[in-house]
Amino acid sequence: MRKLISCLCVLLLALTVSGCHGSKGMHAFVIPEDFDETKKYEITFWAKNDTNKTQTQIYEKAIRDFEKLYPNITVNMRLYTDYGRIYNDVITNISTNTTPNVCITYPDHIATYITGQNIVVPLDELFADEQYGFGGSALKYDGPARDEVIPKFLDECIVSDQHYAIPYMRSTEALYINKTFVEKLGYEIPEILTWDLIFEIAQAATEKDADGTYVLNGQKVMLPFIYKSTDNMMIQMLKQRGAGYSQPDGTVEIFNDTTKEILHMVADNVRTDAFSTFKISGYPGNFFNAGQCIFAVDSTAGATWMGSDAPLMDIPAERVVPFETEVRMIPQYDPEHPQMISQGPSICIFNKADSQEVLASWLFAQYLLTNEVQTAYAETEGYIPVTSKAQQSNAYQEYLALSGSDQKEHYHVKIAASRLLLENIENTFVTPVFNGSTSLRDAAGQMIEDTAKSIRRKQTVDEAYIDKEFDNVTALYRLDQKADTGSLEEEDLGPLPATAKALLGVLVLTWIMILLYVGREQLKKRAQN
Amino acid sequence: MKKLGNVLMASLLLLTVGCSKGSGKEAGKADTEKGEGVMTYAEYAAAETGSEVTIETYIQGSQSWWEGAARFYTQDAEGGYFIYGMPCTEEEYKKLTPGTKIKVHGYKAVWSGEVEIDEGAEWEILDGNYIAEPIDVTSLLGTDGLIDKQNMKVSFKGLTVEAANDAGDAFLYNWDGSGSEGDDLYFNVSKDGQVYSFTVESYLTGKDTDVYKAVKELKVGDKIDVEGFLYWYEGPQPHVTAVSASK
Repeated sequence: MRKLISCLCVLLLALTVSGCHGSKGMHAFVIPEDFDETKKYEITFWAKNDTNKTQTQIYEKAIRDFEKLYPNITVNMRLYTDYGRIYNDVITNISTNTTPNVCITYPDHIATYITGQNIVVPLDELFADEQYGFGGSALKYDGPARDEVIPKFLDECIVSDQHYAIPYMRSTEALYINKTFVEKLGYEIPEILTWDLIFEIAQAATEKDADGTYVLNGQKVMLPFIYKSTDNMMIQMLKQRGAGYSQPDGTVEIFNDTTKEILHMVADNVRTDAFSTFKISGYPGNFFNAGQCIFAVDSTAGATWMGSDAPLMDIPAERVVPFETEVRMIPQYDPEHPQMISQGPSICIFNKADSQEVLASWLFAQYLLTNEVQTAYAETEGYIPVTSKAQQSNAYQEYLALSGSDQKEHYHVKIAASRLLLENIENTFVTPVFNGSTSLRDAAGQMIEDTAKSIRRKQTVDEAYIDKEFDNVTALYRLDQKADTGSLEEEDLGPLPATAKALLGVLVLTWIMILLYVGREQLKKRAQN
Repeated sequence: MKKLGNVLMASLLLLTVGCSKGSGKEAGKADTEKGEGVMTYAEYAAAETGSEVTIETYIQGSQSWWEGAARFYTQDAEGGYFIYGMPCTEEEYKKLTPGTKIKVHGYKAVWSGEVEIDEGAEWEILDGNYIAEPIDVTSLLGTDGLIDKQNMKVSFKGLTVEAANDAGDAFLYNWDGSGSEGDDLYFNVSKDGQVYSFTVESYLTGKDTDVYKAVKELKVGDKIDVEGFLYWYEGPQPHVTAVSASK
């Protein structure tokens, strides 16, 4: 009998465990009628900064100010400097049910998070809530109304037809130009530069003396054009050319003739040392500031590092070369219809068993959209606030107007970078978000990096090479697997496979047999008594 | 009897493994002879950026495993080699402990001044074991000669801890103090009136290591000796592995 009980226990345990796997997960969040201010809530906030102390201080001040307004909420911040690390840690913590409450994120990442059920809180109902939604009557701070959040940026937070995030900051990429060198080469800088012009000037800058010194800068090093994020480079070039990248349903379209042309163009310009990348050579800003680069494409959120009088510098002062810096939009194929990427952190909220805790998280997340936080954070770099309320505030307008009045807070390159985005919000775009879009983005950059590396390694880059490269990244990033486009809760998984049905049948039969056996034993005992 | 047989077999196996590990090699010394097609350090140093290189070297330290690869600080009898993003499974990574001899085939690269073997290198474990003694490069601080010791295990003696910021802190989380516990530590030291920046690289020596804790205890004015790997980022950036009071 003891053996039988042991068997039953093991079987029960196995059933319990297997029952948990793939279970329904947490209940969907329902907005409480009122926020309970009598109870203490401790929430965690995973934040990302650009290794910038001022940004850290702004987060800390925002938390202090928020806690004064809501003394029953304590916010514990964990700082990251890398989106990839946040993504990986969130994935790990989803499985242990220890996600943060509020998290800086990218919509691409959310698409993966929501493959679990009720993991991330959909925000549409919260947006519209009369008391606690945008501009809600019960809020203890002056947050933006819904129509004051820049619609384009808010739309970027839609995943599977629902808002799963709010925008926090926005940036784009900018072309930082050593104007002194361009003019020395006999060129004038137009308002919008084409890819052809960039590469033409870059080629001109590769001229060397007999002893190997570059004529333009008198140094042994010159990388005329360096691109920081080659995934963005590929994505933007394809968009500008009207070529395929992906579809919202997860269809991958990147393996096309335009991509091949782009890779050949990369190969041609690496071959002549006119072009390099961050991953191959180092931070564009370091070469730029040392007079070893004419064109550097980097985020507007990196503007404080660009230019010979930049407030942040990663190279010794003795290596900095004085020159004049100009800021332009990234190179274009069609200057009449410029297109550039929209990027920057968003904020999502993770679901918890206690709906009051989730509401506390939402109150804090929304607080990060108040004017004071928005303008302060945006001014640390070439970001822009995500609300028209903050963009149009007197404080922010005054900040923009003071461009160039000092080399720190009002550093002219930083404010020029912000203005670039402010004036081009309608020319920005984002790529479709689906479970797997992060991998596709990685693959886009990987193809440029691999091509550039192969040329530097004196390997042949031809049609056969590119076809093989397509195969390689397809396998590496599993792009041949049709992506999920939304949450599991919305999917019709269809009928159970025959093997699963058979297994369930065996389990049911086993239970019947066990119960019959137990029943028979009981009857036997009774008969004996 | 069966049990006895098993024990005997296991003992025999252990003995066999033990013998193969020590086969004709003197433990604790780096081989000076290289295998066929393997470069000497001088040949490696002279090789062009982007060219194919093959080396035999000994692991001295590693940064944490991350997404199917890790970065290794390695050294042979002549010089140091940094191997960036060497592909390995987590199981393989656990076997690549300090002292392990490896043969690496890859491409030479330079990233922000750091000479390294680029990501994706092929490797195999060889028979041999060597832990390098740090070489004292104190006299080379601030000179052009320091770069010749790049990536080697080095030591600096008699340094004075200087303030890392205007507030007088002895160390910072991240280069500008923007980080928190667990992030890289940055601290300044001086020697003969010149100030140098040293780093505790958190992926090499994280917050639970002795060196991480020791650096957090530093006070401005402390006299210290330092050991570490001579990493390079736009100039020397030693990745510190040990700190002690100056002798």
